[in-house]
Amino acid sequence: MKNFYKFFSIIIIIIASNSYSFAAEKVEYLKTDWSFKGLFGKFDRASLQRGYQVYTEVCASCHSMKYLSYRNLAEPGGPEFSEAQAKAIAASFDVTDGPNSDGDMFIRPGKLSDKFVMPYDNVKAAQAANGGAYPPDMSVLVKARGGGVDYIYSLLQGYEEAPSNVTLDDGVYYNKYMYGNKIRMAAPLSDGLVEYGDGTNATVEQMSKDVTTFLMWSAEPHLEARHQMGFKAIVYLIILTVLVYFSMKKIWSRVESEV
Amino acid sequence: MSDHDYRPKSKLGQWFNDRLPLLTLANHLTDYPTPKNLNYWWTFGGILTFCLITQIVTGLTLAMHYIAHADMAFESVEHIMRDVNYGWLIRYIHANGASMFFLAVYIHIFRSLFYGSYKAPREIIWIIGIIIYLLMMAAAFMGYVLPWGQMSFWGATVITNLFSAIPLVGEGIVTWLWGGYSVDNPTLTRFFTLHYLIPFLILGLVVLHIWALHVPGNNNPVGIDVKKPSKDTVPFHPYIVIKDGFALLMFMIVFAFFVFYAPNILGHADNYIEANPMVTPAHIVPEWYLLPFYAILRSVPDKLLGVVAMLSAILILAVLPWLDTSKIRSAVFRPLYKQFYWILVADVLILGYVGAMPAEGLYLLIARVATAYYFLHFLVILPILGFKEKTLPVPLSITEPVLGGSPNLAAAKNKESKIE
Repeated sequence: MKNFYKFFSIIIIIIASNSYSFAAEKVEYLKTDWSFKGLFGKFDRASLQRGYQVYTEVCASCHSMKYLSYRNLAEPGGPEFSEAQAKAIAASFDVTDGPNSDGDMFIRPGKLSDKFVMPYDNVKAAQAANGGAYPPDMSVLVKARGGGVDYIYSLLQGYEEAPSNVTLDDGVYYNKYMYGNKIRMAAPLSDGLVEYGDGTNATVEQMSKDVTTFLMWSAEPHLEARHQMGFKAIVYLIILTVLVYFSMKKIWSRVESEV
Repeated sequence: MSDHDYRPKSKLGQWFNDRLPLLTLANHLTDYPTPKNLNYWWTFGGILTFCLITQIVTGLTLAMHYIAHADMAFESVEHIMRDVNYGWLIRYIHANGASMFFLAVYIHIFRSLFYGSYKAPREIIWIIGIIIYLLMMAAAFMGYVLPWGQMSFWGATVITNLFSAIPLVGEGIVTWLWGGYSVDNPTLTRFFTLHYLIPFLILGLVVLHIWALHVPGNNNPVGIDVKKPSKDTVPFHPYIVIKDGFALLMFMIVFAFFVFYAPNILGHADNYIEANPMVTPAHIVPEWYLLPFYAILRSVPDKLLGVVAMLSAILILAVLPWLDTSKIRSAVFRPLYKQFYWILVADVLILGYVGAMPAEGLYLLIARVATAYYFLHFLVILPILGFKEKTLPVPLSITEPVLGGSPNLAAAKNKESKIE
């Protein structure tokens, strides 16, 4: 029985480490303590709200977030803006709607039910405006990169002077965490780029952390619900397992054989 | 099932049972005499049944919200993750459920290999099992294509392209499989259809698998024939039901850990990038459970021979009952086979590891050696071992080692500490 568990856990570890080893590039990423990691991990509300501010003032000029709606900003487990705030945010965007009864498209202020307005009409337009590179949609970006949040967090702070043996084309920048070190995005953040409403000092490090937290939420909007349910489910399973174990011992005591 | 003199107590029960003997079947299943020395490796049959049902139930629910269209599949999965009530839970159970299913099936298969469960009179059970395993791989592969991420698209491209290795008609077959000249919407819709169909084929084969099992009855760790019912057996209910239930709960704790706390660790990050035929990912890798076969495929320089090697690696299992010439079932009484068994386990794990690595340099060399050894094990070592090996004396009954006083007690005790 003991060996059984030992073998079982070894298999799990092998699988987990195996999949991890090819999912992640072999670079030491910058580390920070994420509030959403761990058994009871939750998002830091203030950080999410600041992260949204960074996204909307900086990233959103090139990166879309097409799977999110403005209503998400007011939903539990997210930045939890008040409904009035979320409505105001939505209304600050112009949304093309229609056709109306005359058959014409028209522009109206955004509503909670609208998806986040995209910076470009289509991929081609995005590429044309960015020297041929398509700024990826950010909805699930942290899940689409091997290193996850640590990778994004590091990348935002990874801009450096290129080493002398590396030549960069026009519009290409050097980033020590980027795959192949060459990136078409100029360093997006600089100290004091945004002015946080809550008085937090907007250093590059702080903004990186906030916007990465926001991206984690946008990729996993139900993360908090998942962690809460997971804890309950596992506690329930453990209690049930113990009860069933003793029932099994009782039942098997009728025959002379071990379980 | 003819050995039953069961008769329902109520008049209605008798009336019904005379017309459709469902109650006799239920009685057979509860009374089914099971060797009482089965260890926890034997609980994975029940666990696999649970996995299949979980996949079918969650799969049906997902299918209600999923849209099988190249332009909408990725978005519909995000819709499930964000807007469908508990959609994230259902999808994560389904996605991780596939991994759990394979984890359990590998343990189930290797249990069979250790205790010689594939030998006479259980060859048909074993062959049905191999067909189920093949269908599982097909279902898992097609299921992985459905989210229409980068790894979905390129995995589908690589695997379907394997058919082009067939001489003369290969290219035609690939076009026919794709429903076009590249992996595209027709490929997605047919994969969805087949992904929906295969689990029900598996379900039918599982019924045959269990039926075939109930004819000779379970093998057991000692690997000897058991008189049934006798002192060596216990009725399936409640003894095995509660034990399987306990093991299943342990399994579910591991399962829940993945679903709730590491739902994406077994998947590939690239599959959260929408499929793009213009951009090839740096490394195209299948899911972890297919990696050993992927390693075998890539270890052969010739494309056609690589495909043949990969398929043979699976199909060779189907003829295993005739490759293994030893009359003794359980490795407990086969000191040499036991060692080769563990070497094979290590070999397959190594193949899995190099399957995830780029096929170059040292990795490729390791993959080639491991591939060669895999075939050596089945084609050379096993047939010879049956004749050369000096096996340990086998007890006459299960009760004998349990009650003690026999010369085989030491061997049986040794088994307890080594394996269990």
